[in-house]
Amino acid sequence: MLDQWVFIAFLLPVGLLLPAVAIAMGFLLGPRKPNPLKGDTYECGIETVGSTWIQFKAQYYVYALVFVVFDVEAVFLFPWAAAYNQLQLYMVLEGILFVAILAAGLIYAWRKGSLEWV
Amino acid sequence: MIADPFAWVYAQLTALLLSLGMTAVWAQTTLRFLGAAVLATVLLVSTFFLIWGERKLLARFQDRLGPNRIGPWGVFQTVADFVKLIGKEIIVPTRADKAVYLLAPLLVVLSVVGIWAVVPLAPGVVGTDLEVGVLYIVAIGAVGTLGIMMAGWSSNNKYALIGAFRSVAQLVSYEVPMVLVLLVPVILASSMSLVGIVEAQAGMWFIVMAPVAALVYLVTSIAENGRAPFDLLEGESEIVAGFNIEYSALAFGMFFVAEFLHSFTIGAVVATLFLGGWRGPGAEAYPLLGFVYFLLKTLSIWFVIVWIRATLPRIRIDQMLGFSWKFLTPIALGILMLTALIDKLAAAAGWNRTLVLVLANVVAVVVILSFVQGYARLQRRRDQAPPVSVTATPVALH
Repeated sequence: MLDQWVFIAFLLPVGLLLPAVAIAMGFLLGPRKPNPLKGDTYECGIETVGSTWIQFKAQYYVYALVFVVFDVEAVFLFPWAAAYNQLQLYMVLEGILFVAILAAGLIYAWRKGSLEWV
Repeated sequence: MIADPFAWVYAQLTALLLSLGMTAVWAQTTLRFLGAAVLATVLLVSTFFLIWGERKLLARFQDRLGPNRIGPWGVFQTVADFVKLIGKEIIVPTRADKAVYLLAPLLVVLSVVGIWAVVPLAPGVVGTDLEVGVLYIVAIGAVGTLGIMMAGWSSNNKYALIGAFRSVAQLVSYEVPMVLVLLVPVILASSMSLVGIVEAQAGMWFIVMAPVAALVYLVTSIAENGRAPFDLLEGESEIVAGFNIEYSALAFGMFFVAEFLHSFTIGAVVATLFLGGWRGPGAEAYPLLGFVYFLLKTLSIWFVIVWIRATLPRIRIDQMLGFSWKFLTPIALGILMLTALIDKLAAAAGWNRTLVLVLANVVAVVVILSFVQGYARLQRRRDQAPPVSVTATPVALH
């Protein structure tokens, strides 16, 4: 069971290491002449005003809430789909009912205007 | 040896390691590490040629020649660009969050390379036959968006932050239809492993049984990659350069390596899930032939993605979110219910599975198109309606 993950445990560090080596090479071989203007924030040549790390209005936060509901429920559907061969018709209908409830949730959010850009 | 070079190389290397006095388990682990290193290196090196190919194709779409100076047909243009980028200064802004700033490009590359762990390249040649392969693809793909969010946030630049926020909006919207349509091949194959899905396509490719799901999956993965027409996270005309505005030299280059490799990776995943992966005449007897089929299918999907990039203009962000939530998500929900029901009914009644599913998809397409037509008609009527007399009673607006 865990045996399956050994390859991924090797591949992910390698995938992280190769670009790290490339960037390190850039640091070693590239020039390094810092000056205050170069290190400043670049916003089209105009001096930056105020801090960037402030509370920022994300217009789509309602979408994000709907997303959480959908993604969590979709994960519940995967075992159902993987066992599809062994399911009886009524079990498939139960799964479809679950998806239909999900669809009803989407229609509700739609009617409430949660899917509008605010 | 000629029949199955992959198994031959594996057997030779195992014999070599065993003769060096390794136990069987250690030999296998060493070979896995070797396989991972070779896979990641080959992928990143192939990016040089993918970038060249994409530039060349885009040039042809726009009636230009494209890169043609370095090497035959300019194939080594990207290598020259890489050498140039090495000689440039990597600027780390003084106000940036340095650790996060430098980690972000690495994570973006990692998320793309990681997908290849579960993609079967040829019969018997796969990084790992993960039982939850489909879920793994979704999970590791989302790490790329995390990397872009980190890049935008740590740059301490307002435009970069807006670009990062857009990429998160894209992820939360397009992930929903993507996960839902991924259930369709899982239902048809009754397996979440990519090897199992390829095996289940022995009789018929899933693109024939589920063309709507394949199309929705392709669109959502292009959106997750953040390519045209969904490249709002780097909308040059609006937010300077987007999330990568403060990056330079190779740190900047890594985002592009990831993006260009990602479009090829999408091709590989679509080919595996819907086009039968390595399947083709004679592939089982000659695995090398299977690899060629896999490559051909991947490259043709990749060509379509480049074609889309050359054809469609960037869309507005509210349109992008609306397109996902009001068009793709209902389609994904509908096609999921339809496929699950029809496939079970066909099995119970003894009908031809492929024929019934094709018919169901045709009906679905007709219904979708009539809905779109009705919506367009409504919109037109709304636009053409004579304006309500606003000038007479300006107060009555509320």
